[in-house]
Amino acid sequence: MIPIPEVNLGGILPALVLCLAGLVVMMLGLFIRRGAVATAAVVSIAGVLIAAAANTPLRMMDKQAFAGLINLDAYTWFFNLLILISAGLTVLTSVRYLTDDGLDMYEYFVLLLFASAGMMFMVSANHLLIVFVGLETLSIAIYVLVGILPSSKKSKEAALKYLLLGAFSSAVFLYGAALLYGSAGSLGFPELAKYFKAGQISRMAYVGMGMVLVGFAFKVAAVPFHMWTPDVYEGAPAPLTGFMSVGVKAAAFAAFVRVFFQSMLPAQMNWIEIIWLLAALTMVLGNLAAIVQDNIKRMLAYSSIAHAGYLLIGMVAGKEAGPAGMLYYLLAYTFTNLGAFGVVALVGRKGEANVMIDDYRGLAKTNPFLALAMSIFLFSLAGIPPTAGFVGKFTIFSAAINAGYIWLVVIGVLTSAASVFYYFRVVMKMYMEVPETQPAELQFSPAMLLALGIALVGVLYIGVFPTNYLNLAALSVKPLF
Amino acid sequence: MESLIFYLLSAVTLISAVFVVFLRRPMHNVLSMIVVMIGLAGLFILLNAEFIGMVQLVVYAGAVMVLFLFVIMLLNLDQIRLPIDPREGRTWIGVGTALALLLVLFPILRAVIPSGTSAPETGQTMSNTQIIARELFTTYLLPFEIASVLLLAAIVGTVILAKKRS
Repeated sequence: MIPIPEVNLGGILPALVLCLAGLVVMMLGLFIRRGAVATAAVVSIAGVLIAAAANTPLRMMDKQAFAGLINLDAYTWFFNLLILISAGLTVLTSVRYLTDDGLDMYEYFVLLLFASAGMMFMVSANHLLIVFVGLETLSIAIYVLVGILPSSKKSKEAALKYLLLGAFSSAVFLYGAALLYGSAGSLGFPELAKYFKAGQISRMAYVGMGMVLVGFAFKVAAVPFHMWTPDVYEGAPAPLTGFMSVGVKAAAFAAFVRVFFQSMLPAQMNWIEIIWLLAALTMVLGNLAAIVQDNIKRMLAYSSIAHAGYLLIGMVAGKEAGPAGMLYYLLAYTFTNLGAFGVVALVGRKGEANVMIDDYRGLAKTNPFLALAMSIFLFSLAGIPPTAGFVGKFTIFSAAINAGYIWLVVIGVLTSAASVFYYFRVVMKMYMEVPETQPAELQFSPAMLLALGIALVGVLYIGVFPTNYLNLAALSVKPLF
Repeated sequence: MESLIFYLLSAVTLISAVFVVFLRRPMHNVLSMIVVMIGLAGLFILLNAEFIGMVQLVVYAGAVMVLFLFVIMLLNLDQIRLPIDPREGRTWIGVGTALALLLVLFPILRAVIPSGTSAPETGQTMSNTQIIARELFTTYLLPFEIASVLLLAAIVGTVILAKKRS
C-alpha cells in the first residue's frame, strides 16, 4: 500500500482561486464577442479579491503542508497579499492597453493570473523544487506577456531577449540545485539547513549555493546580472513593466530570502560578502546609468535595478530587522512603482508614442492631478518624507548600521542622493517647462483613475503612519528564524 | 567493459555535437542532433537511470527533433546552406570562447565533484522507473500539479503569439 501524504487544499486556496479565475477568463473569452477585455478584467479583479479573502487564515498559521514541500505561515501570507495587490493594480492599469486598435486581448489576464499563482507557490516554498516550478510558471507567462503587443517590434525583441537570458539563468539555478542535492541528499529547506549546520560542507555544495545565488540575482536584476532589464522594461507594455518591477521582483526576493535564511543561514559567512558586493555594485551602477537616460521607461528600469540594490542591503543586514525592512520596503515599492508606471502608461498614450522624459514638459499645466501624483511617486522612489519610500530606506539603512555594515550604508546614502537628480529632472520638466507641441488629449479611464488613486493613498498612508506596517513586516519574518 | 561503452558513447555524442555546429545543411544538423540525443540516452542508461534515458529518447530524439524536421521540410529550408565558413573570423571567435569556457569550467567541476562516487543507494528493490512514479504521485504531488499550470500557461502563450489578429 502506498502511503499518500496529507493534501491540504485550504493552504493553497489563494493560488487555486487565481488559477480558477484564469480558467474562467479563458472560457468566457471564447463566448463573448465584444468587450471580452472588460469582462475579463472584472473576473480577474473578483478572483484577486476572493484570493485575498482566502489568504487571511494564513496569517495565523505556522505549519508545513504537502509532505513538507510548502510553508503556510505569516511570511507566505504577507507576500501573497503583496502579489495580489500588484496583480489587482496591474489589471486596472492594463485595461485600456488591450482594447487599443480594437484588439480584444483578454488572454493577457489569463497569463497574469497564472503568473501570480506561480509566484504564490514560489514564496511559500519549503523545497527548491517548488521554487523552481513556481519560478518557471511565472517566467513563461511573463515571457509571453512581454511580447504580447502584436504591432510593436520592440515588444517582440524584448520578449525574445528575456526568454533566452531567462532560460539560461533558470538552467544555472537548476544546475546549482542539482549540485546541492548531490551534497545534501535533499532539496528540502530543513534538510539543507541540517546539512549546512553539520559543518562538513563540500566544495560541491558551495558551487551549488553560488549558482542558486546567480539564478536569483538574475531574477531580481542585480548587477552584474541586470543586462536584460533596460531592454525588456522598455519593450514591454508599461503596466506589465510595472508588474515585473514589483510583483516579479517581490516574489523573487521572497524566495531568495527564504532559501538563504531558512536553509543556508549556518553558512552565512560564505554568502554574505558576495551579496554585499552585489548590493554595492547594483546601487552604484543602477543609479549612475539612470542619470543619463532620456526614455522614462529606461530610467525607471535602471531605478528599479538600483532599488534591488537597496533591498539587498536588507539581506546583508540579516538578523530579523534586515528582512523585516525588506518586506516593508517591498510593500512601499509596490504602490510607488505601480503608480509611476500607471502614469507612464497614461502619458504614453496610444502605442506608447510619448515615453521620453521630454514628453513630460508642462504636464502640471495640462493635468495638475497627474503631475502631482507622478511627483509624489518620484519623491517616494527618491526616499523623501513623508512618503513610504523614505520610511523603507530608513528602516533598511538603520538595520544595516545596527548590524555594523557602515560602508554599505554610506554607499546607499550617497547613491540615493545621486538618484534625487534624475527623479527631480522629471518633476522639473513637469512644473518648470512648457511643451513644444500640444500633445493629444489624455484618455482617463475609471479603472486607471482607481488604480492611481489606490497607489497614491497607499504611498502616503503607509508613509505617514508606518508603525502598523512595520510591525506587520516584523511579524511576517518571524517564521524564517 | 562498462568504461569501453562509456567512451564509445561519449565519443559518438561529442563528434555528433561538433557536426551539429559545423555541418552546413540544416537537415544534416538536425540528424546529428538526434544522434547526440541517442548518445545521451545511452549514457543515462549506463548510469542506471533508465527512466531518464527513455524520456530522453522519446521526448527529445522522438518528439522535439521530429518537430525540427517538420519545420525544415515545410519551409523548404533544406535547399539552403548555412553560411558557416571556417575561414571566417567570427567562427573562430566562437570556438575560442567555447574552449576558454571549457578550460575554466573543467578544472572547477573536476575539483568540486568528488570522483569515484556512485549514485546514492535507494535501498529499494524497485526499479528506477517505479521509484520515480511513486515519489511523483505521493511526495511530489504538488509540484507535479503546478507543472500542469505551467504547461497550460505555455500553451495559452503559444496560441497568443501565433494567433492572427484582424
